[in-house]
Amino acid sequence: MATIQAGQEYGFFTDTSICIGCKACEVACKEWNQLQGDSPSFLADSFDNTGKLDAQNWRHVKFIEHVPDRSSTPGNGTAWLMMSDVCKHCKQASCMEVCPTGAIIRTEFNTVFIQQDVCNGCRNCIAACPYGVIGINQETGTAHKCTLCYDRLQGGLEPACAKACPTQSIQFGPLAELQKAADVRLAALHSQGVSQAQLYGRDDKVYGGLNAFFLLMDKPETYGLPNAENATLPSRNNIGGYAAALVTGVLGVIAGLVAFRRRGMS
Amino acid sequence: MFLAAEHFVHAPEWLWWILFYFFFAGLAGGSYALATLLRLSGDARDEPAARIGFYISLLATIICPILLTADLGASWWKFWHMLINVTPGDTGLNFKYWSPMSVGVWALLVFGFFALVSAADAWLADRRGRPLLPGAINRVFMIVGSVVGLFITSYTGVLLSVSNQPVWSDTWMISGLFLASGLSGSAALITLLVRYRAEAAHSLERLRLADGYFSILELVLLVAFFLTVALAGQAARIVPWFPLWILALVGIGASLLGFRRPSRVSHGTETAALAPVAVEATVVSVLVLIAVLAMRAAVIFSAQ
Repeated sequence: MATIQAGQEYGFFTDTSICIGCKACEVACKEWNQLQGDSPSFLADSFDNTGKLDAQNWRHVKFIEHVPDRSSTPGNGTAWLMMSDVCKHCKQASCMEVCPTGAIIRTEFNTVFIQQDVCNGCRNCIAACPYGVIGINQETGTAHKCTLCYDRLQGGLEPACAKACPTQSIQFGPLAELQKAADVRLAALHSQGVSQAQLYGRDDKVYGGLNAFFLLMDKPETYGLPNAENATLPSRNNIGGYAAALVTGVLGVIAGLVAFRRRGMS
Repeated sequence: MFLAAEHFVHAPEWLWWILFYFFFAGLAGGSYALATLLRLSGDARDEPAARIGFYISLLATIICPILLTADLGASWWKFWHMLINVTPGDTGLNFKYWSPMSVGVWALLVFGFFALVSAADAWLADRRGRPLLPGAINRVFMIVGSVVGLFITSYTGVLLSVSNQPVWSDTWMISGLFLASGLSGSAALITLLVRYRAEAAHSLERLRLADGYFSILELVLLVAFFLTVALAGQAARIVPWFPLWILALVGIGASLLGFRRPSRVSHGTETAALAPVAVEATVVSVLVLIAVLAMRAAVIFSAQ
């Protein structure tokens, strides 16, 4: 890969059609970022025991298991869907929008980064993130998520997860190049009759475009991703919320004035 | 669809500290506004109750930042980062008008000034018989303070709505609901404390009348809240908290019953005037305050 340069947009293209669920990305991420991981848990209903993205899991291989409860005729048991989930590094980032401290910034690689020395753990970003990416680290009292290996990028190295992925399901590179590669891959799948394949976050319909975008084998909701219609920013509710407060405030003041009005000094 | 109804989020775990912050913020702003209204709209005999309102407002305002700071956990010492950006190369004041949390922190700071001055004014009037601020200036000061106070009471609802959380972001009614219940709770708390200040008994009937009006407003907003959340397909999230909703409704109901049967305060000695209303007013006030807390708990927990 060409030299990583500040000022250029970088991201991930995750092709879920070739993810084999090996979780090498999770391991590589934890190793590089020195994440201890959550206490081991056995969810008992899936091969996915990581569960979710949080302060200790910045990569999470989702297993969407469409396996019927009862035995089925051959071909009816739909294949598992696997997806290495990660922070989407949205161009219009909900977390960044609501952060009151300015801790969440856009880096010189156009990725979204939480400055640990600035974050004060208010958790407003967690309430805002539509993808459930961010978690709070109780020890540091700060919000954590994928940094897109900011430190590695600064050192000219590609992110650990992409480096470790054995099938190149996770591809890292300049965003424009990734988008071209995704278009080619989608066209190839469609030509093979895989009509359900679709790109998510490739264009600007979802949060102005995602720096970490995906090729999905089903509709976004199946993977726990909001579709374009539901991909909305928190600030959409500012006007409505304040308007309701204003109307109530006016009515409340009128009610108070009526209740307290002078009735003569009896 | 303008309000999203499909959510794949994590809960921010805003729990007890935040619940009680919302409670005290409601009382801080609401009490200040009611105290101002008592002074502006009432007569001289309402002054003792107004002073109670200003005292409550200051005490509740002092509690608020303590609760907010405690909620930050291990990063509690970085509370001031809400006000000042310490990002290298981008240092300066932090103010994002589109982020209710950012606006709210500044509003709380500004309101603290109003609450402190008005409480000091009331204290000096009580102790020395001479207020801190002259009449005309004080009126303007209180009106501006009340606007900020009403903001403090309601912005917490906007803060919840300006998220991507289920329930919270599916309705615009939470801010109004918090404001109406904050006013109702403030009227109840002032009523409750009137028993410790006999000369304030004159305002009891008016406070209960005001509480009744606020409760009607709250009831309407509560219905609107349920409808909007149900239309967004999130009714299943609020139903499990029905004991809390019942508590909220009991408080509203108690307030409305008191409103329908206002207690007649005899105008004999003030101590005697308190006697017939003390028990009933105390019970109603406590129920209303429990309702204020329960309603906020139900809203907060239903999304988490």
